[in-house]
Amino acid sequence: MAYSNELKNHQNELHHFRLRLTVLGFLVLIAFSVLSFRFYFLQINRYDYYQTLAENNRISIVPIAPNRGLITDRNGVVLAHNFFVYTLEVTPSKIADLESTIAELAQLVEINSVDLKRFKKLKAQSHSFESVPIRTHLNEVEAAKFAVNRYRFPGVEIKSRLFRHYPHGKMGAHMVGYIGRINDKDLIKLAENDVLSNYKGSDHIGKSGIEQSYEAELHGTTGFQQVEIDADGKAVRVLSSTAPVSGNNLVLSADIKLQEIAEIAFGERRGALVAIKPSTGEVLAFVSMPTFDPNLFVDGIDVENWKLLNESLDKPLINRPLRGIYPPGSTFKPFTALAGLEAGKRQPPFSISDAGYFMLPNSSHRYRDWKPGGHGNVDMRRAITISCDTFFYGLAIELGIEKLTDFVRHFGFGQKSGIDIAGEVGGLLPTPEWKQRRFKQPWYKGETVIVGIGQGYTLATPMQLAQATAILANKGVAMRPHLVSGITNSKTGVSRVNPTAVNNTILLNDKNLDIVKLGMIDVTLPGGTAASVGANAGYSIAAKTGTAQVIGIKQNEKYNEKLVNERHRDHALFIAYAPAENPTIALAVIVENGGHGGSAAGPIARKVMDYYLLGKLPIVEPPKEIKLSPPAAGSNAADPNPPIENAPEEEHYD
Amino acid sequence: MLNKLAQRFFKHIDSFLISCLLFTLLVGLFVLYSASGQSFGRVSAQVINISVALSTMWIVANIQPQLLERIAVPIYVLGVLLLIGVALFGDISHGARRWLNLGFTKIQPSEIMRIALPMMLAWFFSKREASPRIRDFIIAALLLAVPVAFIMKQPDLGTGLLVTASGFYILFLAGLSWKFLLGGAVAIGALTPVFWSMLHDYQRRRIEILIDPTQDPLGAGYHTIQATIALGSGGVTGKGWLNGTQSQLDFLPERTTDFIFAVFGEEFGLIGNIILLILFSLIIVRGLVIAGQAQTTFSRLLAGSITLTFFTYGFVNIGMVSGILPVVGVPLPLISYGGTSMVSLFIGFGILMSIQTHKKLVASG
Repeated sequence: MAYSNELKNHQNELHHFRLRLTVLGFLVLIAFSVLSFRFYFLQINRYDYYQTLAENNRISIVPIAPNRGLITDRNGVVLAHNFFVYTLEVTPSKIADLESTIAELAQLVEINSVDLKRFKKLKAQSHSFESVPIRTHLNEVEAAKFAVNRYRFPGVEIKSRLFRHYPHGKMGAHMVGYIGRINDKDLIKLAENDVLSNYKGSDHIGKSGIEQSYEAELHGTTGFQQVEIDADGKAVRVLSSTAPVSGNNLVLSADIKLQEIAEIAFGERRGALVAIKPSTGEVLAFVSMPTFDPNLFVDGIDVENWKLLNESLDKPLINRPLRGIYPPGSTFKPFTALAGLEAGKRQPPFSISDAGYFMLPNSSHRYRDWKPGGHGNVDMRRAITISCDTFFYGLAIELGIEKLTDFVRHFGFGQKSGIDIAGEVGGLLPTPEWKQRRFKQPWYKGETVIVGIGQGYTLATPMQLAQATAILANKGVAMRPHLVSGITNSKTGVSRVNPTAVNNTILLNDKNLDIVKLGMIDVTLPGGTAASVGANAGYSIAAKTGTAQVIGIKQNEKYNEKLVNERHRDHALFIAYAPAENPTIALAVIVENGGHGGSAAGPIARKVMDYYLLGKLPIVEPPKEIKLSPPAAGSNAADPNPPIENAPEEEHYD
Repeated sequence: MLNKLAQRFFKHIDSFLISCLLFTLLVGLFVLYSASGQSFGRVSAQVINISVALSTMWIVANIQPQLLERIAVPIYVLGVLLLIGVALFGDISHGARRWLNLGFTKIQPSEIMRIALPMMLAWFFSKREASPRIRDFIIAALLLAVPVAFIMKQPDLGTGLLVTASGFYILFLAGLSWKFLLGGAVAIGALTPVFWSMLHDYQRRRIEILIDPTQDPLGAGYHTIQATIALGSGGVTGKGWLNGTQSQLDFLPERTTDFIFAVFGEEFGLIGNIILLILFSLIIVRGLVIAGQAQTTFSRLLAGSITLTFFTYGFVNIGMVSGILPVVGVPLPLISYGGTSMVSLFIGFGILMSIQTHKKLVASG
């Protein structure tokens, strides 16, 4: 019984299987019939159409590159735009003897070896029926010369192509950035992002700054024409056309006039300045000195200029606000102060009697104050005002390194600020774990002492210092710093605001904030370390000066500014926000090898604040042509930002 | 004596199937010669590919189907492990992670899955004594989904879809109920608009371009536009061998691999196309007959799936070149240039021959 059942099942199963196999067989039949009908449609029905396309003409898809979006400052001043230039273009498939044609062309217009190199590279990347530029930026005379002789050169034509131009040249170059020719690396990246076909007609791509980070907004959508071309490769008829869509326009939060004032204030000195509107995180000025002309890069920089820029001792290509790392020095003290106050330490009326040095228990090592003999009786507010080292040495030790770094990390030290251009480095906020990892050494108490005054391993970028100051000015509310405030759709004209966002909020006691603020206001008043900066300002400035050592000084040595090589002089630092009661600008200034923060960096900050708050222009100084220092002969010994290898000794001047 | 030797050598080779295959391969070599710009190098490389593939087929044909049944699970497990290996350590080329470098050689585990997955599923259903239930189909669907997910992630859309198809054929042939099929189709139909509304604009755009490549004439659409011109201008009789203007010029991309059918259709016209479809049909019919006559559940299901997967490859490729299916990277079986896909294809044919020639005499009930 069971046996016959199984057999029946088997029969049944086979029957079902064959039925289903037949169903699939029919599916195959239907599918192949569909294909046959398609063949019939293409090869009989539409034969004439395709025959014509294939035999007499060929179809070519010609990409039409979109106009790149404009970049303007907050007042609508154009910082990057496009203009037409004449280019001489060659279509290789239409030319029998390319070599001799080029030789003949060279007799009409100048074609140098750089042009030739570029032409060969571009030619290798293009279809043979696409035209490739052999010379760009033809002037009127050259264009006319060729036009007259055009009949001699089938396959060569003059086209006008859009070129990027930065009308302000060097000004704000590190912020706006530049575009350059698309290279292999760019191509790989474009392919990865699945946007390669949108770049078919484009030669350029954003390489740095805003141009790079907002590439997706600026580029636009490539249009195309489906054209019939005849046997000579000439376009006979446009079959269909889709217009390109221009890239979106960007409005920066920066004010180019403010930028100009800051850059002129730097003069020939090297350094950086970042100014932020604390309530929104908008970056108002973004200065990196010396700077460079981004126009040089648009069409490929020539070797000489490249050498000049790349090998200069002044390193103009480095984006100092984002990539220059400096010990924050005494500008770190307000943050140490706040850490102490928030931990309930050094609350008024606490004060110390400063004898000019600090000693750890069981140690004879003297951590000296910058002022020999000390400052006498010092409370928290005065400690900030006069930048008393001894006060903060003790506070740092009492807080301990973990508590101190955990607190100031909220102000952005040791991490990227998240500004909307690429290349930022995170600086360094040292912790015992970090030291163990990095040097395989334990943390020493003495290192905590000097972290309290922003020395030791601590490193910060100008961007980080400005951001920390802005957070302080905004009472602990950290806004996301950004350069682009608005994006305008070029087609619809609709603008969208780049949203201001709160990164994080630090809960701070108002009383403590007031103590730090009052201490910082006093800095710019008579008796403070930057009294001259605040003189006759007409508004109140909360500030802190700082000095960062470039070379270490031994325990019993004296630092003499006049005797030290200029490039080994201290860096001058200055942070400030104003008006102190209701701050609308917060900034950080660093003048490399500038010496004292108050006298070197402070006046630059004052000029920026004067213009921003009062609209006051600085007294005009005769403009000087800024020359770059020549490259160091065969060495890189004098790097302006040497990595701090030895922890600086305790002594410094402020 | 010699005759006997030959007989033993070809004992497990199906003469009808091998005749159709060899003829199609020969046609393929002629097309490749034309498509490669008359390159003897390309053709001889392909001859080597074919020789390797035929030898592999001979070896597989001599293996008993019972042995195949026994190694189904280990091969599947190995295939999945290799796919995991690709996901973790695979080499990236052209933006996809498909190859695994074993030190001495590079392999593409998704190709192994083309054979391993149908073997695994055929084994799974052959072990069910009674008619399979819904639960069995769910397990089978999971066995299918795991390798497919890895292949799709590489990303290799073409192979992923075709491996899915090979598994689906097994489910269908194993008796997946019509209600379930209908229900599935209705569910997909109903969920599509919901899914669509959840996508970002750029994701929609990518799918739209996949379905209608002419929307992106600078990218994916360029292939399709040029291929349809080549096909259409071939007419009834074609332009003749080596005379295809579109294919000989620089216009047609990938013309020795995925788009080789455009060259064929331009040079041999409608007549050539129909002949190729007939050749494919003969191979498919022979495969279906072998499946229908197979003696065990395992052989039946496996033979059916291998045959229909071959059909699917051909149909998807020709459909894509003639512009009625989206462009997914699938070569034209037996014609396109390439070694790995050729070998895995002929392992399939070897299995078909093994199933056909190892039948035991049993009393028919």
